[in-house]
Amino acid sequence: MKITEEMVDYISQLSRLQLPQEEKTAMTAQLEGIVAYMDVLNRLDTSGVEPVSHIFPLKNVTRSDEVVPSGDREELLANGPAVKDGAFLVPKTVE
Amino acid sequence: MTWETVIGLETHVELATRTKIFCSCTTEFGGAPNTHCCPVCMGMPGTLPVLNEKVVELAVTAGLALNCAIAPVSRFDRKNYFYPDLPKAYQISQLYLPIARDGAVDIGGGKTIRIHELHMEEDAGKLVHDPWLDQTLTDYNRCGVPLIEIVTEPDFRSAEEVIAYLEKLKETLQYLGVSDCKMQEGSLRCDVNLSVRPVGSAELGTRTEMKNLNSFKAISRAIAYEARRQIELLEEGKRVVQETRRWDENKDATYAMRSKENAQDYRYFPDPDLPGVELSGAYLEHLKASLPELAEHKRARYQADWGLPAYDTEMITSQKTLAEFFEALVALGTDPKQGANWIMGQVLGQLSAHGLEAKDMKLTPATLARLIALVKEGRLNRNTAVKVFEAVFVTDGDVDAYVKEHGLEQVSDAGLVETVVEQVLAANEKSVADLKAGKEKAFGFLVGQVMRQLKGQASPAVVNQVLRDKLG
Repeated sequence: MKITEEMVDYISQLSRLQLPQEEKTAMTAQLEGIVAYMDVLNRLDTSGVEPVSHIFPLKNVTRSDEVVPSGDREELLANGPAVKDGAFLVPKTVE
Repeated sequence: MTWETVIGLETHVELATRTKIFCSCTTEFGGAPNTHCCPVCMGMPGTLPVLNEKVVELAVTAGLALNCAIAPVSRFDRKNYFYPDLPKAYQISQLYLPIARDGAVDIGGGKTIRIHELHMEEDAGKLVHDPWLDQTLTDYNRCGVPLIEIVTEPDFRSAEEVIAYLEKLKETLQYLGVSDCKMQEGSLRCDVNLSVRPVGSAELGTRTEMKNLNSFKAISRAIAYEARRQIELLEEGKRVVQETRRWDENKDATYAMRSKENAQDYRYFPDPDLPGVELSGAYLEHLKASLPELAEHKRARYQADWGLPAYDTEMITSQKTLAEFFEALVALGTDPKQGANWIMGQVLGQLSAHGLEAKDMKLTPATLARLIALVKEGRLNRNTAVKVFEAVFVTDGDVDAYVKEHGLEQVSDAGLVETVVEQVLAANEKSVADLKAGKEKAFGFLVGQVMRQLKGQASPAVVNQVLRDKLG
């Protein structure tokens, strides 16, 4: 599959990213490389292989419904660039 | 042309677990912003979600009660979207292998609503606009709270059917203990998919999806508004655009959300962090066997076994704790109809007077059973019993102690009543003469005088009897 610049525009729009032209060009080439590798994988005959969603044969990994004290708010908020009133501050998204 | 409205519902229900779906933070409602959070529910890199076993149990329980087929194998998928209410930039949900499918809900009047599927997912956080900075604040306390989403087929034809379904759903989930279904706290939220078509047409029209419906009233009004809007468009020869519309409670209208918010390309894929869920036959059998009795069944049983009128059964089963209270009362030997009357009159009256819900009530069935027994034994008259009830309701006091302390026990001692009757007859010769002249009203007056002397604690039956005897 060919990756076009329009596709890169669309994907960056879904991720709310604004890419300058040179990054856009670089990204197009990189995505193209990734998708080309999928084409290599697609050449394998997998007709007799069960699809898996998980690489380990694990199932039913669960925990019991018991409350553990939550994290320290200041410590958690320290991971964001802007904070106000105990909350992350992000660009306007609600009206 | 005559039009038909076609509606399908997507209902999100918050599950009544103590902790979130993929981490051990509390699900308690409210709290200061971001105090019910940890690196997992805040989507920090390198964290690993682990599924809460209670979520599976509640989702399967709901699926069974809604007559769904439970999937022996189910999995979680990532629904990718970049919006700050979910810090991971994806919601963990189920698309390809939901936990339950193909259910049915009987909403009465011979109508059944088919359930397309029921799946587990995580709730998103809350965004608050800051008017000073013109920016948005994010509160992730609700982020990761477990939800089930219940998707129906487009089987509704009116707002009334939608409300009947939601009431049934709410009642069922509350009885199962799956959710508290408090709409005002967002525990039950509903998106309405609506289209119109000419009556008789088999094809579905173009639909719109309405969000932000926070009450049954809003749902009814939004359906009426949106159906009218679509019919007007079509009658003018215009088209309905498939879009998401937001209900504005204040303007009583729906409006299209911005097209950017509308761009729906979720690029779902299986979540590699979460292994699949496989349910054994034994596990399903165990949950099936432990399904509690639902309200509908209780109503039928109360009518069949105890001869209660349909109205009484509706009132009593309106809250699960009330029904349980009632059953405990009957188990303690109270006559079912007597118990029902006390619940519908006094219990509901006091709950409403104190602004309480039945589940917050301190009064025990034993206390009310004792009170009803005292009336039945003729030791308290009914009016006094109601006063005692009001006195002990809030803190669940000791009925016998209260009656004794306040000297309220009914006087059934015929000898004492006789003495008082004689005094009253002697002091009211005119009334006695009136009565003998045929004025029945005078009898009531004499009864009243005797009761007053005995501070209202005499048994009316005994007073009547003694008076009649004395008057010959």
